[in-house]
Amino acid sequence: MTDKGNATIGTLRVKTGLAEMLKGGVIMDVVTAEQAKIAEDAGAVAVMALERVPADIRAAGGVARMADPTKVEEIVAAVSIPVMAKCRIGHFVEAQVLQSLGVDYIDESEVLTPADEQYHVDKHAFTVPFVCGARDLGEALRRIAEGAAMIRTKGEPGTGNVVEAVRHMRKMNDDIAWVSGLSREQLFDAAKQLGAPYELVRWVAENGKLPVVNFAAGGIATPADAALMMQLGCDGVFVGSGIFKSGDPSTRARAIVEATTHFQEPEIIARVSKGLGEAMVGINISDIPDAERMQERGW
Amino acid sequence: MRIGVLGLQGAFREHVMTFEALGVATVVVRLPEQLSDINGLVIPGGESTAIGKLMMAYGFYDAIRQQHGAGMAVWGTCAGAILVAHEVLDAVPGQETLGIMDVAVRRNAYGRQVDSFEADLDFKHLEGDAFRGVFIRAPWIERVGEEVEVLAEHDGHIVAARERDMMATAFHPELTGDPRVHRFFLDHVVASS
Repeated sequence: MTDKGNATIGTLRVKTGLAEMLKGGVIMDVVTAEQAKIAEDAGAVAVMALERVPADIRAAGGVARMADPTKVEEIVAAVSIPVMAKCRIGHFVEAQVLQSLGVDYIDESEVLTPADEQYHVDKHAFTVPFVCGARDLGEALRRIAEGAAMIRTKGEPGTGNVVEAVRHMRKMNDDIAWVSGLSREQLFDAAKQLGAPYELVRWVAENGKLPVVNFAAGGIATPADAALMMQLGCDGVFVGSGIFKSGDPSTRARAIVEATTHFQEPEIIARVSKGLGEAMVGINISDIPDAERMQERGW
Repeated sequence: MRIGVLGLQGAFREHVMTFEALGVATVVVRLPEQLSDINGLVIPGGESTAIGKLMMAYGFYDAIRQQHGAGMAVWGTCAGAILVAHEVLDAVPGQETLGIMDVAVRRNAYGRQVDSFEADLDFKHLEGDAFRGVFIRAPWIERVGEEVEVLAEHDGHIVAARERDMMATAFHPELTGDPRVHRFFLDHVVASS
């Protein structure tokens, strides 16, 4: 938070506020300026600028890092909607670089290879807001305590398989319902069990929801997947590999945008789901060795 | 009195909560047929390109113009201010707007998210303290027509204006918990339609 003339920048309210503006929308992974334009044209509310989509990161193996600044700049220049980019967990210098490039949101992401196995980035130290993945309430509140202004499910990225995102959202809902029914003295113990700050646990118990916006991410590939996550209570959807790894990205992107807005209207979801061509090839989670599961990254 | 909030994308829930706290019946509008029976429509903040494309796909442009012609007041916040404007500066090529309010709005006028800010505003007709303006990748109003009243300025730029039964704000009163601008919309803008 910094005073700048007659204004204050980097407040928590403008950080969480941008996430509020993205609600009900779809954020799409893109690897080129051309893909970014296709996404904007299809009605994306933001794009995630990447070197490779998660499915290709998974296939390539090795160490996955922040995208080349040239690529990020090309994508920033190509579109007028917000641009997000990923830094490695704990890699605060990648985050500093992304902030200096003018990105609008940083995703401290398990999709990239973690740079620190104990600490996440101190996100309060930045003017740019951060989004982080979480599999349950405790993980979400640890990230929020560190300064995250937006949360997303982790899912299992690059699989085209929604099952893990569903698991994480169900767990989040169960945890919130659990703490909401607890008395004051029980909340201290709940905070200990969750590994999360007491004040945040109490806020969730009193308000029955997370203090920031929560999006779905990790494995969403179809309009029905997006609507499923919205009906489970997500505020919006990230689609990673699901669009540009499919047969007809532009049409599929448009269809997922419409299904996210009209998530309670099966007739509309049916209409937009017709003739979309090949969805990305999915991977069964049980076929992925434990060591290669991206959702286990983050602490 | 019933207020509709366009719920295609963006921060529509916060507007609904603010109006309901003021005791006003509110409906989330996702399809054009839901526009009938409302006295005022709020087009919320969000991404103007995304909201505009969904408006186009579902026939909202003609439906809103028609209902507005029949007496429905309209208030656009941030992205909504862009969507009501006659003219958009720095628009995406081909971006269509409702063109009902005689203002020219510059998109992303203040810059990127790192330039998003809060500032105290002197909002005309509001009693009490300054109104806290929350500006998120905000536009500003660069020109206004003769019939348009300027309601608030910040650093020499117009950030709120009103024309008969229409209002545009570049910032987000719905994120502050302060209902005075919503009250003003009900008492003065909707009332004049």
